[in-house]
Amino acid sequence: MTQATMAHGAQADTTAYNTGVIKSFVVAAMFWGVVGFLAGDFIAWQLAFPFLNLDLEWTTFGRMRPVHTSAVIFAFGGNILIGTSLYIVQRTCRSALWGGNGTGYTIFWGYQVFIVMAALSYVLGYSQGQEYAEPEWWIDLFLTVIWVIYLATFVGTLVNRKENHIYVANWFLLAFIITVAMLHLGNNISVPTALFGGGLMKSYPLFAGVQNAMVQWWYGHNAVGFFLTAGFLGMMYYFIPKRANRPVYSYRLSIVHFWALIFLYIWAGPHHLHYTALPDWTQTLGMTFSVMLWMPSWGGMINGIMTLSGAWEKLRTDPVMRFLVSSVAFYGMSTFEGPMMSIKAVNSLSHYTDWTVGHVHSGALGWVAFVSFGSMYYLIPVLWQRKSLYSMRLVSYHFWIATIGIVLYITAMWISGIMQGLMWRAYDELGFLQYSFIETVEAMHPYYVIRATGGALFVLGGLIMAYNMYRTIKGDIREEQPFESPEAYPAGARR
Amino acid sequence: MEMIRELSDFLRQFWGLWLMICFLGIIVWAYWPKNRGRFDNDAMIPLRDDDKHEERTDGGNP
Repeated sequence: MTQATMAHGAQADTTAYNTGVIKSFVVAAMFWGVVGFLAGDFIAWQLAFPFLNLDLEWTTFGRMRPVHTSAVIFAFGGNILIGTSLYIVQRTCRSALWGGNGTGYTIFWGYQVFIVMAALSYVLGYSQGQEYAEPEWWIDLFLTVIWVIYLATFVGTLVNRKENHIYVANWFLLAFIITVAMLHLGNNISVPTALFGGGLMKSYPLFAGVQNAMVQWWYGHNAVGFFLTAGFLGMMYYFIPKRANRPVYSYRLSIVHFWALIFLYIWAGPHHLHYTALPDWTQTLGMTFSVMLWMPSWGGMINGIMTLSGAWEKLRTDPVMRFLVSSVAFYGMSTFEGPMMSIKAVNSLSHYTDWTVGHVHSGALGWVAFVSFGSMYYLIPVLWQRKSLYSMRLVSYHFWIATIGIVLYITAMWISGIMQGLMWRAYDELGFLQYSFIETVEAMHPYYVIRATGGALFVLGGLIMAYNMYRTIKGDIREEQPFESPEAYPAGARR
Repeated sequence: MEMIRELSDFLRQFWGLWLMICFLGIIVWAYWPKNRGRFDNDAMIPLRDDDKHEERTDGGNP
């Protein structure tokens, strides 16, 4: 916390870490990231111009949409989460990977095979019909095996640690691994038709009707909570202090942040089922716990942003830091918006509209992707032992292009979502619905074009990053004067 | 045995309260003045692991 404790910080480290597998995960994350962003932008254009469905069954929106969601969440997010978690746990425990490269590469290749199998099955028309859990039963079983190896590797490394205390980032990451295992097992309980002489690619969920919906959103919301929030918070608690070269603002707050998130998140799922057949008390319970989630939301935001307190100039001088801190700002914004939207009165307007889509993307693009980009920009020179990134200017370009893309995306979705919600509930003087459904769809067209344009900017940023990463790994350093170099400012103007 | 089960059935009704007490206990533990030093020390864990050659705090400027 204080400068004095920082002074005796530098001691040489001699542990032989397994970094090869981490490199593979980072490269895979970049690859799947671009694929997933492209798939997303493609379906965004499909919504604006339906002929882009191409009249082929494989490229229809219904099949491409799970390809997009799985590619960005599980392929991009999953690879960067698994990769950085195995990096963080080694560095903060000062011990090599449990099982070494053997378990490391088993997890890596197993996970890539899972991604390819899942994507192929969607395109070919196979789906379990559970949102974000579309892969059929035997792909689920395959992932379970890989995930158990991952858990064992993570815990084994923790057990072998040379550091007395388990650093808080590892708490978040372990919570992510365990909870995702539990959710995956719970939501994928199904009966394969193969048991009764049917095909291999079909199964029926064990639960039916509203129970199925409840289990689905227990899974779905906690996938947001523990995959996209807890996991990436673990990254935040390591990479922001690392990049800023100062400890986290308040370690004690991070403990409270962690437990508040753990105690509250698991209950919030029913807010996806407001005004459905789900019992009213369950809806109210879900809403109440969702609103209480403001607590960990603020805990994380304060801790992430205030880590920079006393070093604010880094925001101006270091675009990598800007990615990391902006991601926390987006985290704060979207986790403020989320509980608000879970309030039943607000939800009656926002549910099933594009507002939800905008909310998800302010979290996914602004928080998850930005914290990943920042961490990767930090990690790439470290892993490949390069003096620096190929170009800091390209990082700045990436930041601003992607940020403009996000702003276009979320503002377009706010306007179109609220408009859509208001049109759906408008009655004329005789008590009839004022608008037909197709009129609301037509009204949304311009916003769909704006959204897809914003998405294209985000894809462009990803391509810039991939190029920067390629040149950095190759060992090139661009001759340039970074926009943000401290020398660019006269000494008197610096605060 | 029978009595223990009845007691546990009775106490289980107040699960929300027990979780709340547990959570408040964690807050008290985290902010107990005596623990300050050890948590400040724990916060330094990520910053202690590098030797000088690996540091990338120059904003990436070559």
